[in-house]
Amino acid sequence: MDILISLIKIIVYLGVLLFTVSYLVLVERRVSAFIQNRIGPNRVGYKGLLQPIADVLKLMIKEDIVPKLAYKPLHRLAPIISIVVALSTFAVIPFGDKIVLFGQEIKLQIASVNVGILYILALTSIGVYGIALAGWASNNKYSLLGGLRSSAQIISYELSMGLSIIGVILISGTLELDKIVEAQSGWRWFIFLQPVGFITFFVSVFAETNRLPFDLPEAEPELVGGYHTEYTGLKFGLFFLAEYANMITASAIVTTLYLGGWQFPYLNTFGISDFWLSIIQILTFISKVLIVIMFMIVIRWTVPRFRYDQLMNLGWKWMLPLSLANVIVTALIIYLVE
Amino acid sequence: MNKINRKVVRTEDLNFWQKLYIPEILKGMKITIRQMFLPKFTRQYPEEKWIPPPSFRGRPVLVEENGKERCVACGLCSRVCPALAIEVQAAETELSKERYPVKFEINMLRCIFCGLCEEACPEEAIVMSKDYELTFFSQEEAIFGKDKLLMPIDELKDRLEFLRKYR
Ligand code: SF4
Ligand code: SF4
Repeated sequence: MDILISLIKIIVYLGVLLFTVSYLVLVERRVSAFIQNRIGPNRVGYKGLLQPIADVLKLMIKEDIVPKLAYKPLHRLAPIISIVVALSTFAVIPFGDKIVLFGQEIKLQIASVNVGILYILALTSIGVYGIALAGWASNNKYSLLGGLRSSAQIISYELSMGLSIIGVILISGTLELDKIVEAQSGWRWFIFLQPVGFITFFVSVFAETNRLPFDLPEAEPELVGGYHTEYTGLKFGLFFLAEYANMITASAIVTTLYLGGWQFPYLNTFGISDFWLSIIQILTFISKVLIVIMFMIVIRWTVPRFRYDQLMNLGWKWMLPLSLANVIVTALIIYLVE
Repeated sequence: MNKINRKVVRTEDLNFWQKLYIPEILKGMKITIRQMFLPKFTRQYPEEKWIPPPSFRGRPVLVEENGKERCVACGLCSRVCPALAIEVQAAETELSKERYPVKFEINMLRCIFCGLCEEACPEEAIVMSKDYELTFFSQEEAIFGKDKLLMPIDELKDRLEFLRKYR
């Protein structure tokens, strides 16, 4: 029974995630169009709502070109790594507390791993393999540059990302994501307890997901397309999907760690039945994630791209010391309070 | 002094809050979000067409007056055309000393919309219209004969007036 429930959860979540990813592309295009005083894609279906389907169909029909001198096995493997990592990170994120359906109590989290945060950190580090291997296997100088940039960038920002999370772990005293969310009941969201940690983490998230202002691995004006220059058709589509899936996952992680996850402040004092409580919690989680995503999109059209040295400067000279100081101060305060 | 390694001197130093960068980003986001609610510039093209001003040089057409072309087949437009797009073949009418073009063709793939034919024409018989939608599926289709070139004078009033005023 447990396995069946898990399977159903996985299927539902995969469906929802893939659906959201494809529509996120549309949302991004529409929002960026609005920011630039344009209208954006509005032709396919009502107000362009079928645009993602058209895009996917186009990508599937396109010819799959593999460069002659590319190292084929890795060239094929790289997009798969990217998408698998992007999708599987979501498995440990709790998107609600518990829900009782058909007399079964279901935990709204696919895998309650007791080292959830470590799992996330480990998987996001694997994600860089997808990009670096794609760059290397394409046998193209621009791709290679993109791949290398990405590995350097992700390695530098992973440090400050990990260190900022330590602040959260210190306060909540656990690595399990559902426990971390539970620790943020009421208004005890970690964004208020850990403002500096939140900022360093959020900035690192931008770098980890290769979003502007840190999208150096695929900087179009400099590197043609970066690591996916030599990819066409569905393989390119996988990279594209992975990028947006990463964005959703990153927003979900930010929500879980700092914005109280599915917690709706003082919801259980309103006296709502358990079932609706769970529904509201899920909706709370979704809307929080959407807000973070919107924030990321607006940032993209606000801040220009960093130069490479500026990126490294920011990472090593500001983010790392800041997050280190944050850990030390948090630890000191906890030590003094207890 | 080495020009490349010269230190950049800012006339105005950033203050503490500006150096923090984050308040400035938030300010920038405010501007970005404000942009979203401004009126859009997009024209929904096939439904919403642009009507050019009379000074616009669209595809050259022959003026049709009283069901006949004004052209007297002098061949000046064909001579002046820098792209060699026009071909005129003259024939005589029943009236003495009057000619008309039996064949008048403009190759729209060659035409560069310079408007020299219009300037050279002594009869105001060829003018630039407002038509800018030119699509064809083959090269043959792109050669416009008299059937496609003739346009009633009523539709060309704007341009003729413009020419009288400014030429
Ligand atoms: S507009 Fe210029 S190129 Fe076109 S037919 Fe007239 S003279 Fe020739
Ligand atoms: S210059 Fe005018 S009158 Fe002469 S052939 Fe051309 S269109 Fe006809």
